[in-house]
Amino acid sequence: MTTSEKKTTVIVGGGHAAGALMTTLLQKKYQHEVVLVGEEPHPPYQRPPLSKNYLAGEVEQASLYLKPRAVYEKAGQQLRLGVRVEQIDRDNKTIRLSDQSTLKYDQLVLATGSHVRRLRAPGSDLQGIHYLHDIADTDALREKLVPGTRLVIVGGGYIGLEVAASAIKKGVNVTVLEAADRLMQRVTGPEMSAFFYAKHIAAGVDVRLNTAVTGFEAGDQGRVAGVTLADGGTVPADIVLVSIGVIPETALAEAAGLPCDDGIVVDEFTRTGDPDILAIGDCTRHRNLFFEKMQRLESVANAVDQARTAAATLMGEEKPYDSAPWFWSNQYDVRLQMVGLSQNHDQRVLRGSTEDKEFAVFYLREGCVIAVDAVNLPVAFMVGKQLVQHRKSVSAEALSDPGADLKALV
Amino acid sequence: MGKITFIEHDNTEHVTEFEAGTTLMQIAVDNAVPGIDGDCGGECACGTCHMIVADEWFGKTGSIGDAEEQMLSMTPERAQTSRLGCQVKTTAAMDGLTVHLPEFQM
Ligand SMILES: Cc1cc2nc3c(=O)[nH]c(=O)nc-3n(C[C@H](O)[C@H](O)[C@H](O)COP(=O)(O)OP(=O)(O)OC[C@H]3O[C@@H](n4cnc5c(N)ncnc54)[C@H](O)[C@@H]3O)c2cc1C
Ligand code: FES
Repeated sequence: MTTSEKKTTVIVGGGHAAGALMTTLLQKKYQHEVVLVGEEPHPPYQRPPLSKNYLAGEVEQASLYLKPRAVYEKAGQQLRLGVRVEQIDRDNKTIRLSDQSTLKYDQLVLATGSHVRRLRAPGSDLQGIHYLHDIADTDALREKLVPGTRLVIVGGGYIGLEVAASAIKKGVNVTVLEAADRLMQRVTGPEMSAFFYAKHIAAGVDVRLNTAVTGFEAGDQGRVAGVTLADGGTVPADIVLVSIGVIPETALAEAAGLPCDDGIVVDEFTRTGDPDILAIGDCTRHRNLFFEKMQRLESVANAVDQARTAAATLMGEEKPYDSAPWFWSNQYDVRLQMVGLSQNHDQRVLRGSTEDKEFAVFYLREGCVIAVDAVNLPVAFMVGKQLVQHRKSVSAEALSDPGADLKALV
Repeated sequence: MGKITFIEHDNTEHVTEFEAGTTLMQIAVDNAVPGIDGDCGGECACGTCHMIVADEWFGKTGSIGDAEEQMLSMTPERAQTSRLGCQVKTTAAMDGLTVHLPEFQM
């Protein structure tokens, strides 16, 4: 290849999806110029530890990085960190950066991720109200988790609950406020919610369901002193963590006129409405051939799988995204592994008991396994991965009988 | 500092340098060795860091934990000396170790 044939691929955003794309292009010996522009000062890193062992102080910051920065650079990939992409000029195939420079691209990949949903309510700008999305957020929160502090967590999703588990271990007084009638309602079924509720209560967390938050009460010097509730009550707080979900980061794409619908709309090859622009990860509403409907997912599995699809698309291979999503969460001594999406199930089958140390819930639709949640039972997750991917129809008896070998089902 | 060799399914060799204490998964990832994804970052939660340790080295890689065994038990190309790379922390005694990579990860 002569230099004149060398093209430039620019990746916007430096998160997990961007990092996985850089890696895949390295592995596949992509011949073109690759430039990543990321707003954060860090090379691509993993966020899951931010609410798990990094928050607990068990691992170093450097271990969050997918790779040391030097690895990309040694291989000829460029990282421009601490710089934001402000605008895409599709006509001239140029982007404008926050340092006022411009960059030409032949192909652009948007990997802008998501940002936290803010709670807009009276007192929401008081000091001591935290959100958790990046390294700086975790560093700031960890510092505050000292014995005797009263931490109120707004939102009983997996991130809030992981923080609750870490904080209570450090001797913090933890209250979790959840508006719905069960925990992790968006991602799991009622058995799993009940199991985690019992776990947190047993550990000493004050979990309050059906509890809507209306705002924050001010204490001295503009600091938060409490969280006010719809029923008129107040929960006293020294610090608050608001963890009520994320919003896909689509502003750049929208301003450039790319189709968006609560996520940048992409097809199964990660292509947007512009043939020279792809999008991957949390920021997308995407087609995955595994599902009938378009999806928007916030998970590492989705970020890396779409990144690999995009790498193939960039290299002229047609490899559609068609894999079942999976996920994990660690709370206390519980290792939860999930595969598939359970929302549309019409039957749930429990293997083992939620009183046990290990059990699994299988979610079926029309007799086929569409999702599995496994607690301390990796084999059920692994079997589930295959059952879900191949839409296997399995009898409820075979799934629930602890005497029957799960592995025989695939 | 020592050397570990990763051999891809198509026999491509990657000779890497390592510091004791790093996991086999992380060494492969840091060197962009194709065939090792390590998607969960070493949590033993994904099964995408399957490696087959050369027979003569297997004894030096430590014991297989229960969660790892369950994950491996469903891994398609499981061999006698299979390990999840993220569960093998390297030691100075592993200088010279060779691992083979399966054709596919989970
Ligand atoms: C605390 C926490 C715990 C989690 N735990 C799990 C878990 O256990 N398992 C799991 O599967 N998933 C988990 N997730 C979700 C997972 O981390 C995300 O799905 C994943 O990071 C998505 O990757 P991404 O690259 O799409 O987005 P991100 O990782 O959010 O990266 C996007 C990046 O783009 C940058 N950016 C945005 N706009 C611009 C711009 N205009 N110019 C330059 N840069 C820009 C942002 O600063 C950011 O760094 C967790 C997330 C959090 C926050
Ligand atoms: S990296 Fe996920 S199991 Fe090893």
